[in-house]
Amino acid sequence: MTTDADLFNVPSATVGRKTAPRSQGAWVKWVLIGISVLYLTLILFIPALNVFVQAFRNGVGPFFSNLVSPTFLSAVRLTLLITAIALPINTIFGLCAAWVIARHQFPGRTLLLSLIDIPFAVSPVVAGLMIVLLYGRNGWFGPWLQENGIQLVFAVPGMVLATMFVTMPFVAREVIPVLEEAGTDQEEAAKTLGASDWQTFWRVTLPNIRWGLLYGLILTNARAMGEFGAVSVVSGNIIGKTQTLPLYVEEAYKQYKTPDAYSAAVLLAFLAVVTLVLKEIVERRTRIKNVGEE
Amino acid sequence: MTASSTNPRPVNGDRSFWYRLTHLSWPWRVTWVYLTLMLFVPVIAMLLKASTVGPAEFWRIATTEVALSTYSVTFGTSLAAALLNGVFGTLIAWVFVRYDFPGKRIIDAAVDLPFALPTSVAGLTLATVYSDNGWIGSLFAPFGIKIAFTRLGVFVAMVFISLPFVVRTLQPVLQEMEKEVEEAAWCLGASSWQTFWRVLLPPLLPAILTGVALGFSRAVGEYGSTVIVAGNVPFQDLIAPVLVFQRLEQYDYAGATVIGTVLLLISLVMLLVINLLQAWGRRYDD
Repeated sequence: MTTDADLFNVPSATVGRKTAPRSQGAWVKWVLIGISVLYLTLILFIPALNVFVQAFRNGVGPFFSNLVSPTFLSAVRLTLLITAIALPINTIFGLCAAWVIARHQFPGRTLLLSLIDIPFAVSPVVAGLMIVLLYGRNGWFGPWLQENGIQLVFAVPGMVLATMFVTMPFVAREVIPVLEEAGTDQEEAAKTLGASDWQTFWRVTLPNIRWGLLYGLILTNARAMGEFGAVSVVSGNIIGKTQTLPLYVEEAYKQYKTPDAYSAAVLLAFLAVVTLVLKEIVERRTRIKNVGEE
Repeated sequence: MTASSTNPRPVNGDRSFWYRLTHLSWPWRVTWVYLTLMLFVPVIAMLLKASTVGPAEFWRIATTEVALSTYSVTFGTSLAAALLNGVFGTLIAWVFVRYDFPGKRIIDAAVDLPFALPTSVAGLTLATVYSDNGWIGSLFAPFGIKIAFTRLGVFVAMVFISLPFVVRTLQPVLQEMEKEVEEAAWCLGASSWQTFWRVLLPPLLPAILTGVALGFSRAVGEYGSTVIVAGNVPFQDLIAPVLVFQRLEQYDYAGATVIGTVLLLISLVMLLVINLLQAWGRRYDD
């Protein structure tokens, strides 16, 4: 056990030297690195860099003047509103589902795990379509909603539902493994000592799963703010009313207002960078913890 | 306090199934209610809606010429993109795990960019960069190769969107692979080529295929980036998700439902395939 871990921790450079004859290894290594970096540059880095270059091409002035336009501001507000609703609801569901799956053995457990993944597997357009078919005028709940004067589809509530659908699995997916790893010993000890369910959850379970939960929250947040396809289908894209930032990007581009599109795009790209940085921090934390446990 | 929440296994065997079902603890209730409302009901509603069309009509709508051409563009291009990422993803994962070079950590973290970047932003920037006068598109334009607003553009968007899957599924497997096996092959006189094909690749294959399947599944459903970077011309670069969207815009609910159902069923099959591949990969764990 310890020898394995030690071997594993040997810096890869020294192992590489042992594995391959040096003269051949050196140039193979740099050729492989070169090809990898070139591929990533063409597919990832140049397009990513382009967002920032295009947004600030005419200096910072036009960028900021685009940022204060009313349609843009309403898109920002709507994006934040949808995320503020979808994120907590999916967090509660994710925690419940993770607890159900990680803490119990029951028939159909594996099936349930796969079912939770469905929102990742289906096309966002199909996700949006399902909501339109269910809550739209001809849908199952359509007549009832109409009688009560509630409009879900082509309105904000439908967009919230679409966002909740596509971000459903993230928290559960990230919490299940940490919950399984934490085990039940501490929780049982807390119960024996007379803690209530709530106390056990807040004082024992939650601290144990905090990094997994945070990771799930980061991913949910990024997807909720950036979701395009599903939200686009149910939005009706009424400018100033049902337009989120990702929709604003597409609409401005289609209207040949490319600078406006890039002003919004750079904001979303910035969000993506923040997401990646936070993800990396959480990953390092958990990695350090894992190494410590070995 | 109910039996189900304190104990993982039902203790009271004499209590009926219905008793337990109606005395579930709160997390169970939240999970099932939410899943039912948000997932099961919408999926079942769509399948039932599709079935009301009738099998003959369903088949007719699902196999119109436009629909067939969108399937071939969608699946052909997605497969090509996933396979390309299968090759380069394997290479990139290998480079990340086995070599050290300046900037590695940043590049490694940046591989997740397609997960984090909203798809409409990806589409926008790919359309700019790969257009005739864009940074990369202008390199190909002199040879008469147009990328943005053609099927090639769809391909590039799909490559972008499915890039992280192979790298991320393969990295942990590569990290855990014992170097002794590789060294043993070397010592026994295997060439580097033989070592790769006979020793390294077989245990990595399930992870690579899982990554390819995940990437393929994602590319098939992709809408945001592809709709912007494609010209969306029927029989040329129109993909199935965009066709669903267009049908819906024309209030052709039957058309949208049928093609959407085809996509949904294929997604579910892919989910099954991915699960099987992962189960296959677990055989290599000790």
